[in-house]
Amino acid sequence: MNLTLKVWRQKDAAAPGHFETCQARDVLQDMSFLEMLDVVNEDLLARGKEPIAFDSDCREGICGMCSLVINGIPHGGQRGTATCQLHMRHFKDGETITIEPWRAKAFPLVKDLIVNRSAFDRIIQAGGFISAYTGGAPDANAITVPKPTADAAMDAAACIGCGACVAVCKNASAMLFVAAKVSHLNLLPQGKAEKDKRVWSMVSQMDKEGFGNCTVTASCEAVCPKEISLNFIAKMNRDYAIATLKGE
Amino acid sequence: MNLDAKIPGGPLSQKWDKHRFDMKLVNPANKRKFEVIVVGSGLAGASAAASLAELGYCVKCFCFQDSPRRAHSIAAQGGINAAKNYQNDGDSVFRLFYDTVKGGDFRSREANVYRLAQVSNNIIDQCAAQGVPFAREYSGLLANRSFGGAQVSRTFYARGQTGQQLLLGAYQALSRQISLGTVQMFPRTEMLDLVVVQGHTKGIIARNLLTGEITAHAADAVVLGTGGYGNTFFLSTNAKGCNVSATWRACKKGAFFANPCYTQIHPTCIPVSGEHQSKLTLMSESLRNDGRVWVPKRKEDCPKPPGLVPESDRDYYLERKYPSFGNLAPRDISSRAAKEVCDEGRGIGPGGLGVYLDFADSIKRLGENVIRERYGNLFDMYEKITGENGYKVPMRIYPAVHYTMGGLWVDYNLMSNLPGLFVIGEANFSDHGANRLGASALMQGLADGYFILPYTIGHYFASAKIPRPSVSDPEFKKSEEDVRNTISKLLAVRGKRTATSLHRELGKLLWERCGMARNEAGLQTALKRIPELREEFWKNVNVTGGSGDLNQALEYAGRVADFMEFAEMLCFDALHRRESCGGHFREEFQTAEGEARRDDENFACVAAWEYQSPGRAPVLHEEPLVYEEVHMSTRSYK
Ligand SMILES: Cc1cc2nc3c(=O)[nH]c(=O)nc-3n(C[C@H](O)[C@H](O)[C@H](O)COP(=O)(O)OP(=O)(O)OC[C@H]3O[C@@H](n4cnc5c(N)ncnc54)[C@H](O)[C@@H]3O)c2cc1C
Ligand code: SF4
Ligand code: FES
Repeated sequence: MNLTLKVWRQKDAAAPGHFETCQARDVLQDMSFLEMLDVVNEDLLARGKEPIAFDSDCREGICGMCSLVINGIPHGGQRGTATCQLHMRHFKDGETITIEPWRAKAFPLVKDLIVNRSAFDRIIQAGGFISAYTGGAPDANAITVPKPTADAAMDAAACIGCGACVAVCKNASAMLFVAAKVSHLNLLPQGKAEKDKRVWSMVSQMDKEGFGNCTVTASCEAVCPKEISLNFIAKMNRDYAIATLKGE
Repeated sequence: MNLDAKIPGGPLSQKWDKHRFDMKLVNPANKRKFEVIVVGSGLAGASAAASLAELGYCVKCFCFQDSPRRAHSIAAQGGINAAKNYQNDGDSVFRLFYDTVKGGDFRSREANVYRLAQVSNNIIDQCAAQGVPFAREYSGLLANRSFGGAQVSRTFYARGQTGQQLLLGAYQALSRQISLGTVQMFPRTEMLDLVVVQGHTKGIIARNLLTGEITAHAADAVVLGTGGYGNTFFLSTNAKGCNVSATWRACKKGAFFANPCYTQIHPTCIPVSGEHQSKLTLMSESLRNDGRVWVPKRKEDCPKPPGLVPESDRDYYLERKYPSFGNLAPRDISSRAAKEVCDEGRGIGPGGLGVYLDFADSIKRLGENVIRERYGNLFDMYEKITGENGYKVPMRIYPAVHYTMGGLWVDYNLMSNLPGLFVIGEANFSDHGANRLGASALMQGLADGYFILPYTIGHYFASAKIPRPSVSDPEFKKSEEDVRNTISKLLAVRGKRTATSLHRELGKLLWERCGMARNEAGLQTALKRIPELREEFWKNVNVTGGSGDLNQALEYAGRVADFMEFAEMLCFDALHRRESCGGHFREEFQTAEGEARRDDENFACVAAWEYQSPGRAPVLHEEPLVYEEVHMSTRSYK
């Protein structure tokens, strides 16, 4: 099939950006979306033009590096699918596809479709860990974790840190990402000791980074490639309220 | 040169304890005076950087992704081994050790592997304490599964995302140290050279991938945890960014590269669908616990839909050839068996490069729900990629390059022949011999980073006592200039071919000549062709843009240039090793039944290669492998 792409091009954060139109020819159904872009880039390179810059690494939906807004939807709108797992069989011959970067104040643009998501790292640095020194751990079975708790913690821990939840949110809120990490650690007995401090510090850092407030539009849950549940936001709000009461 | 592995004396089971006692310590108050560079933030790098910082060292950590959390380790699916014997099924440190040595076809170092099995238990304790959400039983105790053909259930897992969860555990520990200011993190920064001053490794040259800025970093020691070189083959299950540059450039600075020909081809990957293919996707081998592998008995049946091939016309070749292990035969053996049936013209799917992995029997026996519960995410992934429903039609699979057992040579202390250069995780060669068993790479990466390197590096500091040079030292200046020159050279070619097309060509050549099966004539062809391809690269590559900002074409071209050089060493090693062992199958050396024929008399050794200069064959150094406690038996999975 043949497609028309309208791709966001921007040299760097300071330069103005614009849509550039290019053609993707002889696209096969079995190609992934990023492989389609690879082919377009090969063609650009062959013509001595600068290829489109976009992030990706694992191409299996797990590293969280890929980040494209496709036809207005982060990761393209296939349920539970990251951009790199989206395949061309979901598109029609002759279609025009717009491709844009994540857009959020807290994710400054780097180039073309690449943004800077280091704010997420700083939120984790603020408290998204259990302070367990290497070497001092008791036998792994000394602390039992009820299966439902372990499963819920795993549901939350599945977040790949891609930032689609922020990109889709009209407030550019990072609540789903932060709630996922807070819940993963706060649910587990190992994480109890630092529970209050964790939620407090991570939420403060989130605010400092310039992410917006959550007004529960639930668009984040809909685009999340790992289908992280909105319930974790409610859980984090509870943890946060308790921490506040205790005067963290 | 005499390669001294520095294996401690005494009985195998006491070597590590004794060595830990014998090693010199660094006074706690002095630790902060030592700077350590850790390149890599995968399981190995992140665990090392966090643990070293906890001990009090000043750490700088580098990775090329935008966040340390995205290192390739994140993609590991299946699980991590440990000798906990929680299932009471007869596991022990010695059994894990023995299985690993045997699985590696008796080409790994006995003492290292024993230590790996010993610390495996500490890893699970550590990860559980960090909050890694391992799978649990209803009792709340940890669950295990058997994996990769092991006869005991010793694999710990977190759904199909074990690597992700273990890496997040290490990343969180690392993040904590970053917030404490003990680790300085450099994401989107690529190491482009190693700096050696008066025989000791003292720093690196790195490029900021966003600004193009080139910086020199001096340290008291450098740790490489930069992963494997599977992408030399272009197509592999590795992440797109995985590359050999860090270890190769260290090799060009004098570090020996050991056993590069030991590459692991994983039997269960989704077959190639066309020229555009950018990478291959692994389907966890846990699927082989319930799936049966087959091809039609007759060529004529291959194009038919699988449902129209009656049971009697199917060849369940693994069950036929290896009755006791069947579909769970080890990776190297299963992969070769798939290649064999495809070579006979009995492969299925596009190009005849595929075999069926069929769940019909298990679904009949257990119900679709049970299969969905066990492997749902894998079936989803398969459907996303192929558009086919694996519950209804058998999956199509084919072997693909997956892991590299070879790597920089290290001694028992994980230090290379270049003093002050430590190598951990997949980047070193030490523990898997000629074939790695499932769920043991995660174990090794974390063993190295959490529990081995933090001890051994202190011994180096306490004994070497070599001052840290400043970055104005001439060696730094020279390295920096070399790096700049290479970049300018790449940008100056302005030829007609893309780095991708040249890389793809190199990959195809290696896959054909140095892939699942190798022979002398094929390797000679490859060794003739690689230098030509390299020349073509430097004459005709087209890299657009400049060096002063984010330029992915430039980054990639630099990595391809290194693959082009490294591939030659890989083939030299494959040619030199005139035996078949593990992942290295030389067609000339097989038994009458087509099984690998090892040659313990001549090749029970590590082949460590010393780089010479462009176009000159590398020089071989051998480390004999001496087995004190185990008998080198012939692997049989019949
Ligand atoms: C799909 C897949 C599934 C797997 N499943 C399993 C499994 O179930 N069980 C198991 O035991 N093993 C598994 N493995 C193998 C295992 O995941 C890897 O061997 C292991 O994670 C490697 O870890 P590492 O820390 O050595 O390297 P990596 O995780 O590859 O990390 C390398 C790091 O080095 C950095 N780096 C590299 N070069 C440079 C440079 N020049 N400059 C700066 N930084 C650099 C990267 O940014 C990265 O941070 C799997 C592998 C694959 C591909
Ligand atoms: S919550 Fe979902 S969308 Fe948000 S960062 Fe995590 S995986 Fe991505
Ligand atoms: S590239 Fe890793 S999640 Fe898409």
